[in-house]
Amino acid sequence: MTDLDLTADVLVAGGGPAGAWAAIKAAESGADVILVDKGYLGTSGATAAAGTGVWYVEPDPHARNLAMASREGLGGHLADRSWMARVLDQTYANMNELAEVYRYPFPVDADGRQIRRGLQGPEYMRRMRIRARRSGVRVLDHSPVTELLVDAGGAVAGAAGHRRQHDGSYRVRAGAVVLATGGCAFLSKALGCDVNTGDGALFAAETGAELSGMEFSNAYAIAPAFTSVTKTAFYAYATFHHADGTVLEGAGSLKGRSVIARALLTEPVLCRLDRAGEEDRQAMRLAQPNFFLPFDRQGIDPFTQLFPVTLLAEGTVRGTGGIRLTGYDCATSVPGLYAAGDAATREPICGGFTGGGSHNAAWAMSSGTWAGRAAARHARTLGARATGRPVRGAGGAGLRPGTGGRLDHREVVEAVQREVLPYEKNYLRHGDRLTPALAALDETWIRARQALRADDAAAARARAAAALAANARWMYASALARTESRGMHRRDDHPGLDPAQHHRLIAGGLDEVWVAPESVRNAAVAS
Amino acid sequence: MIEIVLGERCIACDKCVEVCPTDVFVRGDDGVPLIARQGDCQTCYLCEAYCPVDALYVAPAVHPLPAPPDVAELTEKGLLGGYREQIGWGRGRTPGARRAVGPVMPTTSQVIVS
Ligand SMILES: Cc1cc2nc3c(=O)[nH]c(=O)nc-3n(C[C@H](O)[C@H](O)[C@H](O)COP(=O)(O)OP(=O)(O)OC[C@H]3O[C@@H](n4cnc5c(N)ncnc54)[C@H](O)[C@@H]3O)c2cc1C
Ligand code: SF4
Ligand code: SF4
Repeated sequence: MTDLDLTADVLVAGGGPAGAWAAIKAAESGADVILVDKGYLGTSGATAAAGTGVWYVEPDPHARNLAMASREGLGGHLADRSWMARVLDQTYANMNELAEVYRYPFPVDADGRQIRRGLQGPEYMRRMRIRARRSGVRVLDHSPVTELLVDAGGAVAGAAGHRRQHDGSYRVRAGAVVLATGGCAFLSKALGCDVNTGDGALFAAETGAELSGMEFSNAYAIAPAFTSVTKTAFYAYATFHHADGTVLEGAGSLKGRSVIARALLTEPVLCRLDRAGEEDRQAMRLAQPNFFLPFDRQGIDPFTQLFPVTLLAEGTVRGTGGIRLTGYDCATSVPGLYAAGDAATREPICGGFTGGGSHNAAWAMSSGTWAGRAAARHARTLGARATGRPVRGAGGAGLRPGTGGRLDHREVVEAVQREVLPYEKNYLRHGDRLTPALAALDETWIRARQALRADDAAAARARAAAALAANARWMYASALARTESRGMHRRDDHPGLDPAQHHRLIAGGLDEVWVAPESVRNAAVAS
Repeated sequence: MIEIVLGERCIACDKCVEVCPTDVFVRGDDGVPLIARQGDCQTCYLCEAYCPVDALYVAPAVHPLPAPPDVAELTEKGLLGGYREQIGWGRGRTPGARRAVGPVMPTTSQVIVS
């Protein structure tokens, strides 16, 4: 029995920046839109808590060229300039719209010109909520999607979920669905990321969609030990030390991050931001007040005192893997299903590396815009059929178990975390460690498939646990298939770049996971 | 993690119950929210940002503290409502976003601005 039964032209799942832009742009195209979020549109997701630098580049051909060239090598030449150019254009338009229409309070420079290269999370997302409501979007907060609905032909026709603050189920039949559920950070407690359990990838795969770039899923971010604030930019001012105070050679926030990971396996690593001058320190506080929360609240002066650091897994949030797109409209291979933001692969603009740094934020607003508009168009072509079709739920693991026993979602989460969080397995990759880890994850999947179950209220938790397991398996299967080091995927046993593997890897499947190469369209870029 | 809901300050506006992304609070019988699921708290500080009367405190540790911090001490250090003030939310304040001009970063870091 469904407690709340709704219809819409477009259903958007997820209310981070990607989902918010998708919903607003779909509504502005004339569609009747419902946005559902696991948490709350305005505070939920990585952006709301963290804030982001944004890939905002003036439309000057030289500047644009530099911007596009800057990351191609880091990303392992798997990005595509035509996508980059489109994202730069769309981001420029959206940021200007934020300034001029949404009246976002950008800072101004000495000449009185607004600086539009960054967004403070709470302020940005609060405005996106207001804008969505004003555009006529109906918002259901605290309403995690638990599965997609498909029609007789297999096209996506809506979604079902649970309203956790009303203790009831809901169903939305729609002409098209945009998945904007964010990436998968494996409940590592990285800033704002515990809502990002890779649910969208699971839902998409259950309807037959593919993933891409899942080997680029091992982002680890620096945080003060035992805290959540994984804001890494300012560690450019850091020196890192052993416990006895001597310098940890080679350690750094960017290239030297693996040195930190290796050291953390056996010893604590201490840090001090002693390379920041007095002026920098003031500016840092104004730019990112949340960076200082753990320090101020623990009574630490990070500029003069050594403090212990850790690395928290951010998985695909600051990785690049996600649901594979089939075109600029952010469609997937399943009719009626679109993906945007971190839920989708960001390889088109980043290849195999992001680490955040503006691209992800630009991607979220651009892909959200395109997915929203395309979903509205798709719904329009269906007309009255859009919401009149008979539908069935596509969900499997955690919703429709086999017969064997009863497995708690917490057990699944812990089993997955054991394989994906440790640095020596996921960050410092080696075939000898990835193979048994994948075997253990396969085992967990089989058990979850059989016995993971939950009543209504906990259904979303069970599905999140299943999603973690599914994402982890695509991740390691892809990591094993890429027998080289490219982008953020580094193999200790294959340290070099292999020109023969200059292609993206697509992945899919649930009970049987598969991985296959896809040639990069932009073949002109040499590897 | 969320450690404190200050009953004597709370005006029972339900804002924190509404905005917490991981649904940590429930409304108590007297209208003051209870920390019902502390283990789900993701230490994102957003409830604090939204509380109009600075009645909440999120400790930076990602596991529960043995005992909640001392309110008098937090007040004295300006930590209650400190984040809300820094982002410039609340009547008469300038949005922090307006003042968010970062330092000129060392060149090696231009790649990662997060
Ligand atoms: C600490 C940190 C700093 C960062 N800094 C930068 C930066 O400087 N520059 C940059 O470009 N990028 C940065 N990033 C990355 C950036 O934040 C993300 O790329 C961006 O938030 C992606 O937006 P999104 O809308 O796709 O996902 P999110 O913002 O994560 O939102 C996903 C939403 O989906 C919802 N959801 C999840 N599952 C479900 C479900 N089953 N049903 C319904 N809703 C669901 C969640 O509640 C959430 O609201 C940073 C990330 C972190 C963690
Ligand atoms: S810190 Fe974040 S997750 Fe924790 S209670 Fe506050 S809003 Fe909720
Ligand atoms: S937001 Fe503050 S005032 Fe409102 S209910 Fe929560 S604690 Fe009380």
